[in-house]
Amino acid sequence: MKLKFPISTAVAIAVGLIVLLGYFLSSDMLVGLRVAFLEWAVILAAFALMVGIVNLAYVHWRKTATAQTNSIYSFVLLVSLLLTILVVGWFGPSHEFSRWIFNYIQVPLETSLMALLAIILAYASFRLLGRRLNTVSIVFVITVLIVLIAATPVMGFDVPGLSEFRDWIVQVPSVAGTRGILLGVALGIIATGLRILLGSDRPYKG
Amino acid sequence: MVMKILGLVFILAFLGLMIFFTIKSRRQRVGSIREISAFNRLRRSIGLSVESGRRMHLSLGRGNLISTQSAVAFVGLSSLARIARVTSVSDRPPVSTSGDGSVTILMQDTLRTTARQYGGEYDPMSGQLSGLTPFSYAAGTLSIIHDEDISANLLLGSFGSEVALINEAGERSGSLTLAGTDNVAAQAVIYASAHEPLIGEETYASGAYLGVGRMHVASLQAQDILRWVLAGAIVIGSILKLVGVL
Repeated sequence: MKLKFPISTAVAIAVGLIVLLGYFLSSDMLVGLRVAFLEWAVILAAFALMVGIVNLAYVHWRKTATAQTNSIYSFVLLVSLLLTILVVGWFGPSHEFSRWIFNYIQVPLETSLMALLAIILAYASFRLLGRRLNTVSIVFVITVLIVLIAATPVMGFDVPGLSEFRDWIVQVPSVAGTRGILLGVALGIIATGLRILLGSDRPYKG
Repeated sequence: MVMKILGLVFILAFLGLMIFFTIKSRRQRVGSIREISAFNRLRRSIGLSVESGRRMHLSLGRGNLISTQSAVAFVGLSSLARIARVTSVSDRPPVSTSGDGSVTILMQDTLRTTARQYGGEYDPMSGQLSGLTPFSYAAGTLSIIHDEDISANLLLGSFGSEVALINEAGERSGSLTLAGTDNVAAQAVIYASAHEPLIGEETYASGAYLGVGRMHVASLQAQDILRWVLAGAIVIGSILKLVGVL
């Protein structure tokens, strides 16, 4: 069923207001409604996950069927998806075969990507100086070097005072900066939430 | 209880300021907002992608809609709607990716509605769930950046350190990468690896800079005022603590 804009907006605003007020006001009815709405949202999110998997399969099916660039990878994904669904569906998620798929295919693949990530990050940090050579970038790269060297002394050689300096960086300027950024993020989250409550942002257009 | 009332008062003050600035902007022209180079480059690349017939890519991250990560996903959705509208004259609509089922549904709905409103044809392949775990999401997104003739990547959503892999793909394919997230650790990664990083609240300001609506600019003005209020409260609180009052 497709709801018209004003109805869907009114429903979204009403539910949003009840959930928000349920946090601040200690009314049993409001708290009960808030918990019920959140439980419904969790159920809907779980269903959306299944819809997402269908979308993933559809996209890669179309890539394979129309022989697009690198469609062989889409074919591999479809076969893997089908095999995983069959094995986990037939034997259950905690069976030895299901765990084998997770431990010997999923984990090694993700671990190898993580290893690649470490190299990419190190490379990106140095490329940063070529891309944006300014004071902030220089401070960024120097801080990264100090923290890395102090955390993993090369061949056991420990520069006196470096470890304490690293601790100071991590505990004082880093925490201060993080809190400043989090303050901005929190204000941004409130602004976004209020825009949705006011019906200004409507990601549920229908 | 006092903290809850203070929280509610803060939100009501925020709401009041947003409504005040929205009404004010209808009566008189809003002064200019500060320049953020990332958004200047984004606007240019949207225009260039329409002219050159290449696609924009928007990645909305892995945040779901039932946590605090939903806010940044909603910001991404607003930007997606705006970019889809602007590029509706092009024969190549933007492609968007997500790592969460519910965001994927909203993303497809946004693209479908925009196509319908502007007489375009909706392509179900333009909104994709690229993976459900951090690295499968990154791996799925890499193939889109490499295969879809992308001119610019806008990453607005909840990401972890895997965002570096996506930025690296943008670098290798020669497309512009602008990225912003709510995750502080990932912001450091983005600062090092993206062409144009968006730090802190800049991510949430994208709607105001892309011209999504008056309310986005008004919320930015309200944020500026309340940031000073919070900073003042922190300084006063520190002084009171120092002199032993608190």
